[in-house]
Order: sequence, then structure tokens, then C-alpha cells
Amino acid sequence: MQLTGAQALIKSLEQERVEVVFGLPGGAILPVYDPIIDSSIRHVLVRHEQGAGHMAEGYAIVTGRPGVAMVTSGPGATNIVTPLSNAFMDSTPLVVVSGQVATRSIGTDAFQECDITGVTIGITKHNWLVKDPADIPRTVAAAFHVATTGRPGPVLIDLPKDVANATMEWYWPESVEDLDLPGYNPVMGADPSLIEKAVELIDSAKRPVIYAGGGILKARACEALLALAERTQIPVVTTLMARGAFPDSHPLCLGMPGMHGNYTAVTAMQRSDLLIALGSRFDDRVTGKIDAFAPEARVVHVDIDAAELGKVRKPDVGVVGDCRVVIEEMLSCIDANAPKRSGAPVDLGPWWDELHGYQKRFPLYYDRDTTGPIKPEMVVESLRDLSPRDTVVVSGVGQHQMWASQYWTFDHPYTWVNSGGAGTMGFAVPAAVGAKVGRPDRTVWAIDGDGCFQMTAQELVTATAEGIPIKVAILNNAYLGMVRQWQEMFYEERYSEVYLSPDLPDYVKWAEAMGCVGLRAETQDEVIPVIEKANSIDDRPVVVDFRTDAFEKVYPMVPAGVSNDAIVVHPDQEGATR
Amino acid sequence: MSAESIETSLSSDSGRRPGSRRTGRYHILSVLVENKAGVLARVAGLFSRRGFNIASLAVAPTDDDERFSRITIVVDVESAPLEQVVRQLDKLINVVSISELAPSEAIERELLLATVSVGPEERSQVIQLIGVFGGEVVGVGSDQLSVTLSGRPEKIDDFEDLLKGYEVVGLQRTGRVALEKLGYRPARSLRALEGESR
Repeated sequence: MQLTGAQALIKSLEQERVEVVFGLPGGAILPVYDPIIDSSIRHVLVRHEQGAGHMAEGYAIVTGRPGVAMVTSGPGATNIVTPLSNAFMDSTPLVVVSGQVATRSIGTDAFQECDITGVTIGITKHNWLVKDPADIPRTVAAAFHVATTGRPGPVLIDLPKDVANATMEWYWPESVEDLDLPGYNPVMGADPSLIEKAVELIDSAKRPVIYAGGGILKARACEALLALAERTQIPVVTTLMARGAFPDSHPLCLGMPGMHGNYTAVTAMQRSDLLIALGSRFDDRVTGKIDAFAPEARVVHVDIDAAELGKVRKPDVGVVGDCRVVIEEMLSCIDANAPKRSGAPVDLGPWWDELHGYQKRFPLYYDRDTTGPIKPEMVVESLRDLSPRDTVVVSGVGQHQMWASQYWTFDHPYTWVNSGGAGTMGFAVPAAVGAKVGRPDRTVWAIDGDGCFQMTAQELVTATAEGIPIKVAILNNAYLGMVRQWQEMFYEERYSEVYLSPDLPDYVKWAEAMGCVGLRAETQDEVIPVIEKANSIDDRPVVVDFRTDAFEKVYPMVPAGVSNDAIVVHPDQEGATR
Repeated sequence: MSAESIETSLSSDSGRRPGSRRTGRYHILSVLVENKAGVLARVAGLFSRRGFNIASLAVAPTDDDERFSRITIVVDVESAPLEQVVRQLDKLINVVSISELAPSEAIERELLLATVSVGPEERSQVIQLIGVFGGEVVGVGSDQLSVTLSGRPEKIDDFEDLLKGYEVVGLQRTGRVALEKLGYRPARSLRALEGESR
């Protein structure tokens, strides 16, 4: 069967069981947009290519399937660089197809030419410039294989216009061996002797902590993690990327560690004698000053990416492997060792007593004074209490992101979508659109900041046009709030370029102009009714402008570059004994 | 004076050189890569974005299979632990295999080309020098001389040092290439004989 390169590309996406492509056409990608008309694949037409990338990310995070985006050459391709970087940092599987100028024009500075494979080398797991239409099916299959296996990540296929127009004889690669990837062999299972060593450390630890990262979610290892924690009774912290990987309501869960983690999670790691790092990467936002991080802890580090072992902290036992497989092997090993072990198991009672003491003295705290302006934390708590338990929560980057992570109760995996490693402002609205496309049965709330919202709000036009009824809560404090917080705390309250205004733009009118329902809450007593109203609407996107207290800061906080021991608690908690 | 004794007399100096194996700072990686467009950019880009330093780098197709090329990289392990460099390199999809060549287990060679300005007296000195080192004169002009020398990088270091006594117009080194020694056995007695294959 003879097909054009463009037809082969779309047919290849169908072979990969792609349901939806987020994109925006243009000159160089025109040939590929023609067969989309005849394809079963849904296309969501975005208003800016950055939106396409973040939508594909939101879709991938909630479904576990690779997100697919399609853009034209030049500016179309460079506009999706930020999502590629974001997905690379957070190990999200994406397949981006970009149009390219015709092969004979490459290198001539042709109209809308950009060396996008060169630009994205450092922020993709791999990329391909396809020069022969016969390579298209194999390249697409390889792209999906690379994006979704091992440590997942974004890939890019650059397709010149003449290659899309040329014809080829259709085929589909039968197996991984046909993909021409001699240098790519991701591992799954681990060396049994390392599992044995890890379990020895776990069995003898007095103050162990499971440090669960985003790899748990990527490996679909939530059940295995729950089994490991319950079997060993070891406390679990869930990083920003792992919120929902272990239920917040579970008595073994200590919540989020890190710069804005809660006191107990941060201190448990500092005081620990064994960190069991599962799919986490000792990010600077978690460790604080690395030399002072968890000084007494030995480390068991499990990661599918060998380069993560020892990159930041040298592990005592480093295990390369898939988190689910390794945790299951650990559990078998623990069970097999139990009868052989001499003496009683280590009593974790004193450790738990210490942790419960922290939880009692330093719970997450904000001033619940009912007379003042709306507290952003109260908005998050109200959203949580009034929305279904399995609501998907999406956030941008900044104070609102931290409050969302702190005050939501994540009891289900794949219900938290945020930009962790890259810290991409403007992520929330498009990522929420993608999440809703992936999980149309769920309520999807984007909890956004006013600064973030203004960066990508135009994708609400996409949401309205395509019938994707997301909900957006803007925690509108009229500031670039996190930057303002740093200027208040570390720059002697010299506020430089952080004021945005609560009224400009008028978020309600803007929402309405984009076909959404626009709502506003200006006082505390308006919060609950407005959320109830928003939750009752399911035929259109809803935007709620919550006018929140501009002076509210995120606590606790470990200032950048200092030890986690120097954690700053809310001023009202300063009197408590540490 | 033999080449061997020149090397001995200069060995304390050349320990500081990027190409030298006399300190533990530099390690040789032999990296088998797919022979595809952009592979070198991927490898070089990885080193620059991760802050790893390269002392030298040489690339050429392998002769046994046209699908692959071999990149020989001398890595400065003061900039990053070797293990981290290897593991990050291994993540590149086009990298097929990586082996570290310990100096005692490897044959290493490098090539130097140099042009020096010489008067009539100096000309014969340089010709004699290149002869002692076993190199070749490849060009003679009225007041200039071009020479080439290949051999172990330390030998090249030493020759380069001696050339500095003259007015060097141009000098280019290839960076080292290396392969595992034939029939190498990691026995202590053989290690003691290191250098016998010179």
C-alpha cells in the first residue's frame, strides 16, 4: 500500500492507539493536517503551541499514556520548547511532531526554518529529523517506545514538508528489534543481591523514612508502595511530584517534604537513620543545603535511571530498576527473611512517638480569622471539601501551587497535575484542559495564581470551543506572590516589579469573553456559595476570581541554600518546643 | 640521547598536561555510537550542559561496521565523578556502549603536526630532534619547517615541550585515540612492566 509520508504519520499514530492530538497547523505541517480530517484521532485546536504541549502533559499525567502534540516549523516549534523542557524535568511521556521546511531548504535560513532538533537536544529524551518517508513508521514506533519506557520523557519528531508529501510503501514494525535502537535497553528488574542488602538496612533501621517520588506514579507502583509501608510500618513522605502516590489520609503518611513541606515530613527526613528513596531524585527543593541534608541517614536509592544514583547523594545501596518491580522484590525478600531473622524486629514505636509529637506541635497552620480578607488556604480547603474525592487538581507555579499541594487531601493517584522540576508559570490552564480530555468523567479544578493565569488563559477559548468544561480557581492576590514573599523575607520588603493589580484585567469579563462562566468571591462568606455554583456547572468552563489576602505567605519555609534544620514555621507557631 | 631518556627527564613536567596519564585526573572513555547525524552534538552538548570537562575528543567511523563510530574522550574527572559522566552518556539513545580504558590496559596514540620558523642552524637542530623522536619532516621552506610525529601522548607532550625552544608558527594535535591492549591480562606482574609496549 502506497501512502504519503503525511498519511503514514497519521496511520502510525493510529497504530499507537493515539486518541487525541493537541496542535495548531501552519505551513510546513500542512500536509499532515490533511489526513487528520479522515482519521479517527481527535484533534484539539489550541490558541498557542505552548498550550498544546501543556495539554499533552496534563493528558499524559492523568492517563499514563503518552501525550501527543503537533506544531508547525519555526515559531510553532519554538513555542513548544517550554512544554518539552517541562516534560523533561518531570519525566512526562510526550511525543511532539513538528513540521520542518523541505529538506533541500534546511540550512538556508528559509521562511519559518528553525533547527528544532538542535534546540531540543538537551530537553528531549531523544529527537529525530526524518529525511526519508520510508523511515516514518519506524521512527514513530521508536518515538513512542523511547517516550514511554525506562525513565519516561518527551521526544520530538521533525518532519520536513517534502518528506510528508513523498510516498512510501506502508509497513508497521513488528517488534522492538525492528526499531533500530541498538543503544537503548532500559532495565526493569534489579540485582537480587542488592535487594537483599536494601532489605537488611530496612530491617535494622530505627528511624526509617520512605522518600517516595514521582517515579512511583510513573511505574504504577502505588499499590506496591502501600504494601511495603504497611508491611514495615515505615512512615512515607510524598514529594511534590508524588502527591497522591500514597494516600494523605493514611496514618503512615507524613505528607510533603521540602522547601514548603510540612514540619514533620521535613524533620523526619533530617532525623532519619535510613532514607528509602523510591523514584525520587534528591532535588534541591527537597534536600535544602545538601551537605546538611539528613546527616545521619544511610540511603537506599531505587531509580530506573542509573544516572540518578549518586548524582546528588551517594547511596549506601543503589538499585537500578523499575520501582514497582523492585518494591515487589523487596517485599518478597522481607517475607522470606522474616522467619530466619534472629531476635525481635526493630521497634519503631519510639520513632513514631517522636513523629506524632511533631505532627501535634507543628501541624500545617494558617490564621483562620473569619473577619479579614479571604485566606488562600481556606479557598483550597473549601474546594477540597466541596468537590468529589477523586477530583483532578491542576496547578501553576508559585504560592497557589504550594497551598494546593499542602491543603488538598490527595487520596488517589494521578489526581495531582503540576509543574515540578521546571516550575513553569502558566502550566495550569492548558494542563487542566489536557487532563479533562484524558479524564472526562472527573471534575478538574485548576488552582491558579493571577500571574500564571495571565500567561496562558487564552486556552480557555480552546476549552469552550472544544467542549472541555474545566474549572479554574484564581487565587488573585494581585501579586506575583511567591516572588513577593521572597522580597518581603529576603530583600527587606523592597518590592520590585511584583504588583499586578486585582482588577486589571477584569477576570470575570475576560472569562465571559472566552465563553466561560465568570464568577467572583470578594469576602469569606462568598467562598462556599461560589464554589457550589461552579461545581454545579458542567456544560462550560468556569473561572472563579477569588480575591485573596495579598500578605499571606507560604509556611513552613526552608530558605534557599540553608539546612532543612533551619525550617521557618508560621509566626504563630514559633513558641512551640521543637 | 635516546627518546626514552628525554621522556624520563621531562616526566615531572608533563604530569600537569590535560593529555597526560601521569595524574589520576584524566580518564579515557571509548564510546561506541551510532553513526548518525548529530551524534557528536549530542555527546558534546551533554558534556557542556552537565558541566563535564573534556580534555580531548577524537571521532572516526569504526572499520568493522559502518553503522557505528567510535568517540575517544579524555574526561577531566575533577569536574564530575567518572561514574556520573558514564551514566549520563549511557542515557543518550545513540550511545551503544562505553568502556573506560585504564592507561595500563590500553594502547594510546596521538598525532602532532607542527610548523616552526627556523634559521639555517636551527633547521638542522629540529630535523635532528624529530629524528630522535622517530617523527618525520613533511615540509621544508626557506625559513620554515613542518614536522609530524605520532605516538603515545606523553611522547607527544615531551616533543611539544622541546619545540617551545623554537618559534612555533602552527601546532595541531589530534587528541588521543585508544584501544584495549591485545590479550591484556590484569595481572600484577604485567602492570609492573607497563611501558614495555612503547
